[in-house]
Amino acid sequence: MAIPDQRETVFARIREALRQPAPRRHDGHVDYDVSGHSDVTEPPPASDAFRAWLPPVGPGLDEQIVLFAQNAAQLKADFRPVASLDEAARQLAALAGENGWKRIASHRHPDALGLAEKLGLNCLRTDSSFAAADLESCDAAVTGCDALVAQTGSVLVTSVSAGGRALSVLPPHHVVVARRSHVVPDLASALHVVRKLYAPHWPSFLSFITGPSRTGDIERILVLGAHGPKKLTIFLLP
Amino acid sequence: MNAIAKDFKQAAAQVASNGKLRAFMRRALSGYEVTRETTRRKYQNWSEARQAASEIKWDAVNHLDKYLQEFIAKLEARGTRVFVASEGAQARDYILQVAKENGVRSIIKSKSMTTEEIHLNAALEKEGHSVFESDLGEYIVQLRHEAPYHFVFPAMHLTREQISDLFQKELGSEPTNDPEELTMIARRVMRQKYIEADMGISGANFAIAETGMISITENEGNARLTCALPKIHVAIMGIEKVLPKLDDLALFLPMLATAGTGQALTCYNSLYGGPRQPGEIDGPEQFHVVLLDNRRTELLADAEQRDSLHCIRCGACLNVCPIFKNIGGHSYGTTYQGPIGSVITPHLRGLQNWKHLSSASSLCGACTETCPVGIDLHHHLLHNRRNAMNEKPLWWEKVLYTGFAFLMRRPGLYRIAGKLGAIFFPLHQLVNGTRLDPLRNWTRTREFPAPSRESFGDYWRKKKSREEANHGHS
Repeated sequence: MAIPDQRETVFARIREALRQPAPRRHDGHVDYDVSGHSDVTEPPPASDAFRAWLPPVGPGLDEQIVLFAQNAAQLKADFRPVASLDEAARQLAALAGENGWKRIASHRHPDALGLAEKLGLNCLRTDSSFAAADLESCDAAVTGCDALVAQTGSVLVTSVSAGGRALSVLPPHHVVVARRSHVVPDLASALHVVRKLYAPHWPSFLSFITGPSRTGDIERILVLGAHGPKKLTIFLLP
Repeated sequence: MNAIAKDFKQAAAQVASNGKLRAFMRRALSGYEVTRETTRRKYQNWSEARQAASEIKWDAVNHLDKYLQEFIAKLEARGTRVFVASEGAQARDYILQVAKENGVRSIIKSKSMTTEEIHLNAALEKEGHSVFESDLGEYIVQLRHEAPYHFVFPAMHLTREQISDLFQKELGSEPTNDPEELTMIARRVMRQKYIEADMGISGANFAIAETGMISITENEGNARLTCALPKIHVAIMGIEKVLPKLDDLALFLPMLATAGTGQALTCYNSLYGGPRQPGEIDGPEQFHVVLLDNRRTELLADAEQRDSLHCIRCGACLNVCPIFKNIGGHSYGTTYQGPIGSVITPHLRGLQNWKHLSSASSLCGACTETCPVGIDLHHHLLHNRRNAMNEKPLWWEKVLYTGFAFLMRRPGLYRIAGKLGAIFFPLHQLVNGTRLDPLRNWTRTREFPAPSRESFGDYWRKKKSREEANHGHS
């Protein structure tokens, strides 16, 4: 027997409750004069305005890359601007050696897959169906992304750009391949990028990844690699 | 005093006299304050940002019907099943039904205070499902059969030694005092659970009306795994979580992180707009969104306190609250602790049973000052006190104040009362603070000031007659 949905009851309660206007507050200060009602129709602030209040970001691309690098270092992410795909491949091979990777995972993506396959390791691809346990046994995942956010040091991925939902979170080392054109100043611009790329056919999953997985649940002491990747490496190609 | 208030007083007194626990909490929370201040100082204008966040939430909450409708329509258009529950029981029944219909055995959960609110785990376990909390702090309190201590830092009251003992006992792990090793023990246990689980249950931090997406903020990656691997994903949230536009996140995500943990942005801020879409290779086949009223509409109907629905559950008001710091999270006996819990619980669970929380406040206003969406928290505590008293006046308080007014209007009587006070005071000193003292509730922790030998009235009269006498002499 289906459980009846209560939306009519709940919406009726909401509309009844909202018949009485609420006072507006300014910085914790109550403005009890609601007689005018005029400011109620005034639109709330939009994302362009946020920039003036959030932490500052310089206008130039090089400046933004410097800021991204600073944020990444603070987040304990491994950010590597490289001159070419070949240089990235050499560095990735060194990483694979240092960390003893045996099996990696990647997905259909021009830069990421190319780089992953150059390693010559067994490579699981998440382009068709795969078993979660198989992916879990991989040592690293190489994915693309949609944007790098200078203001926060975040990588924006979607199920389209990063090979689904699990690839970028299940293996213990996540390697992101990005290009200079992916760098944007802030969250608002990153959202603008994905809007232009996908709307209205949004991927079912989008995520801002800001450093490797972490927790502070035990005595507020920072530990990396709680449930997601312990390491996050970001290659920045020209 | 009702039983709930009695329990509260007893629990609060116990924690307040536990100096070790209080020092431990103070250390953790002062660390938080330093990090938060460092991050907040990087904002070009935190108070403008806060004002904007408050206005956006005002718009969202005061047009809740419009935005919720948009949110639901957008979600349903992409294959998400939306269920609106007016009470906790209906939300529970719906989730149980989804589990039953799909033959679900094992359930993995990421942090959700809404599921704590409706006691979902107990209901699922009763029906034979195994339920695992994947957030480290939540997992720890689940193993201890406890409620979260703080709705953002669930296990903040426990030392690493206690956690090590717990893991030894419950998981058979080796003893260790290293937080990293302890975290890895939980990681290993959970990895298996993610892969086995048939259903993932999450909460949501924001519901984006414009695009029909839920937004989940976390640090550990457990919510991402919960929403990625099981074939069914159920997200449950209060109806007030709505934000009008996707772009609003560009303000709310950093503010939630800064106020909540002092981070510039938490590790994962993920958006989910539906089940696996055509062309996608993983993600759940079914995505259910449960929207819960559970008396939030009563709070909505109180225009004066409606702004408490702006709350984004960052927990900042707990972290700065002198009461929370001294009585701890469990004493409240509520799902939501601290100032915000004291404001909303009387609405969600009954004013008369929970009014005592509004009196457990120094009214210092630290909560209001720190709130990133500008909720007038400490005034709402006063509003709750007033409402409780108007609804159910106390006879003795009425008698007391009527008597007081009577006395104050009659100078003669007032003078006599003053003299009597001076006579009775030394007698009272004999029993002061002891069990025989009728004023014990007040006097056992406070000094009652001694009445002065001479009242101001007497002094004034003497002064005047002296002056007149002097005048006559000259």
